[in-house]
Amino acid sequence: MGAHGPAKGLTRWLTTTNHKDIGSMYLWFSFAMFLLGGSFAMIIRAELFQPGLQIVEPEFFNQMTTMHGLVMVFGAIMPAFVGLANWMIPMMIGAPDMALPRMNNWSFWILPPTFLLLASTLFMEGGGPNFGWTFYAPLSTTYAPPSVTFFIFAVHAMGISSIMGSINIIATVVNMRAPGMTYMKMPMFVWTWLITAFLLVAVMPVLAGAVTMMLMDIHFGTSFFSAAGGGDPVLFQHVFWFFGHPEVYIIILPAFGVVSEVIPTFSRKPLFGYASMVYATASIAFLSFIVWAHHMYTVGLPIAGELFFMYATMLIAVPTAAKVFNWITTMFKGSITLETPMLFAIAKVFLFTVGGFSGLMLAIAPADFQYHDSYFVVAHFHYTMVAGAIFALSSAVYYWLPKWTGKMYNETMGKVHFWVSFIGFNLTFFPQHFVGLAGMPRRIPDYNLMFADFNMMSSIGAFIYGSSQLLFLFNIVRTITHGKPVNDDKVWDGATTLEWTVPSPAPYHTFSTPPEVK
Amino acid sequence: MAGQSNAGHETYYVPEKSSLAINATIGLVASVYGAASVINDASYRPGEETNSSFILFAGLAYFAATLWVWFATTIRENRQGMNSAQLKHSYVIGMQWFIFSEVMFFAAFFGALFYIRNLAGPWLAGEGDGAMNTLLWPGFEYSWPLMETPQDAIGGVSGQAAAGHLANNGEFTGAEKHLSFPGFANIGHWLPLYNTIILLTSSFTCHIAHMGIKENNRKKFNLWLFITVALGAIFLYLQYMEYHEALFEYGIKLNSGVYGTTFFMLTGFHGFHVAMGTVMLLIQWLRSTSKGHFTADDQFGFEASSWYWHFVDVVWVFLFLFVYIL
Repeated sequence: MGAHGPAKGLTRWLTTTNHKDIGSMYLWFSFAMFLLGGSFAMIIRAELFQPGLQIVEPEFFNQMTTMHGLVMVFGAIMPAFVGLANWMIPMMIGAPDMALPRMNNWSFWILPPTFLLLASTLFMEGGGPNFGWTFYAPLSTTYAPPSVTFFIFAVHAMGISSIMGSINIIATVVNMRAPGMTYMKMPMFVWTWLITAFLLVAVMPVLAGAVTMMLMDIHFGTSFFSAAGGGDPVLFQHVFWFFGHPEVYIIILPAFGVVSEVIPTFSRKPLFGYASMVYATASIAFLSFIVWAHHMYTVGLPIAGELFFMYATMLIAVPTAAKVFNWITTMFKGSITLETPMLFAIAKVFLFTVGGFSGLMLAIAPADFQYHDSYFVVAHFHYTMVAGAIFALSSAVYYWLPKWTGKMYNETMGKVHFWVSFIGFNLTFFPQHFVGLAGMPRRIPDYNLMFADFNMMSSIGAFIYGSSQLLFLFNIVRTITHGKPVNDDKVWDGATTLEWTVPSPAPYHTFSTPPEVK
Repeated sequence: MAGQSNAGHETYYVPEKSSLAINATIGLVASVYGAASVINDASYRPGEETNSSFILFAGLAYFAATLWVWFATTIRENRQGMNSAQLKHSYVIGMQWFIFSEVMFFAAFFGALFYIRNLAGPWLAGEGDGAMNTLLWPGFEYSWPLMETPQDAIGGVSGQAAAGHLANNGEFTGAEKHLSFPGFANIGHWLPLYNTIILLTSSFTCHIAHMGIKENNRKKFNLWLFITVALGAIFLYLQYMEYHEALFEYGIKLNSGVYGTTFFMLTGFHGFHVAMGTVMLLIQWLRSTSKGHFTADDQFGFEASSWYWHFVDVVWVFLFLFVYIL
């Protein structure tokens, strides 16, 4: 029963079936990948500190932009949210564990060797993947380095991991809710993850299809992406973005879930418009399947296609705005306190909205003809990915760390981490809007002299943001080793969800007997 | 017993610890590393001695052995009565969403087929306003099945070089004959029709077997399940015959342009799934005949395999329609 503790040593982690162990492994792994992908970003920003080529060869620069994107998307952000799902979903719905615990462990353990394989491509003959994280054909087929084969199989393996992880989450949420926990009583974080898991099961196989077509084109003579054989390189972009657009919502929806937990807690008010939040999340997920070609406006689509994808894309603003207004209304007249999780959550709402607005600009097809493949796009998606997703992750870690460890993090250090991150982030990416609008292309290691000042600001901001994450790591480690014990189950007085009814730190097994939810 | 709970008035069995996952990881990672190495060796170091194929086959064997033990463990747990109705439902949900993920995998390839047939093909032949492909591929006419590739239309690889094309992705020579509907006069020699009849029939026999076990009629179950497995094997044999014919008599190869590409990729992945489904059903048959597994109210191993079987059957119906008939 609950008294049963974990096994000792490394075996514990290799053989565990416990959702908390597996959640912790996901979170630590993703943090390691965050630092790895971050160090690639530092190389990129160091090269772009000044115009001209100083530090790296252009070929290596291409590998850095590619690996930075791949590692951050598939290695850092996605596994981090899966880690949160593992830790929190069973506790939030009053379940004893995930529905399929052994498969859960397998989903995790596929990731470390897979990313080792992916990172090792950097040392292979011809270098690592150098075609951008979107790996468009024919750059990734006809002109790819030999290591692309390893990249393809690594994507297959991480896809298997994601699909199994998502099936597990769906089975858990559908089947393991405590008596009385109806769907419309589930915490928003659980709702957003249920919908995210559905998206993952729907589109990861499409990604597998895309890389399989690449593999066949490269090695077995097929002509999916070769016009000479009757195929079309644009087909790659369609298949990729049919995966890729839902993918960006896979990243952002759980982040929405996190702030939907944090903001009510620190506003000491229930989430405003809960039902509309659920429907908005579902609408965003549905729309994500019919907007993919807005990434391809300049590739030569028929005008009817441009118009359809433009209007469909702008529709996404409606449910997204509903969510933003709901968060703001939740704070309205609340008894707000600004602890670190709340700071990150508010910043996430604010900065994600900035990214949303630049997204609206990019959604307009004729305008996108100007912005396409410029630093404006880079600024846009870093406002959604970094401020939207990673700020939410920081918020989540500070919010639940006392529950996980039973100890309180250092609030001052947390606030310093927040402000340094906030300033560093904006210093990095806000100027990129301007250089992008002025015509600086992305994924190029050199640039026109006129962009020098803004790029230097960007690089300084990136170093500030990067180093603030070391403070984050230090704060977490210090909490675990020296943190002040929290004696309350309910660490935050405004919290209402089920995980705050179990002791802090959460015992190894929780809700062996399901709670009754009224 | 660790981690038992009282969810839904029954016990939700949470296995204490297990080395299955880490062993499955070792097998899977060795397999993908081996597969990538074998393919790269063949492409970039032909004829060189490497240990890649050993890694691949050792990995696959290790993976298969781990899965064998894994399934055996879950079957044993279920037979020992550790699985509550709630846990059984988790397995049901898991299988359903696994099949959904397979549906989406095929959707990617069907999507590619539709895109090429309805948009890319006609555009290559110059259809649509503003299309400039006629400058690149003068004389290319689009029709389906695509027997003459754009490369053929301008005189093959040498024609491409003469036309000043910068990229050369390889040689794509169209097939001599295709496998689409040959007209009613020749329908008796058309293998896909036989395969359709066989696979549709096997879905019915699979369902009869299911009714058999639900009526507690093991004889009926064993007989009709055996017939289903046999039909699956016959389908695979005919598919093999068809591939032989396609490759050596019709000149349809993977590099015969996009017709050969879509034909082999769609039917190939389907055939692979039929092979998996046949093995799954065969194992259920062996469980029933040699170990007496399955009862009238608990036959999930069979049921899950049968869902998978119906799924590959439905995929075939779409294949028959879009790859062979239309």
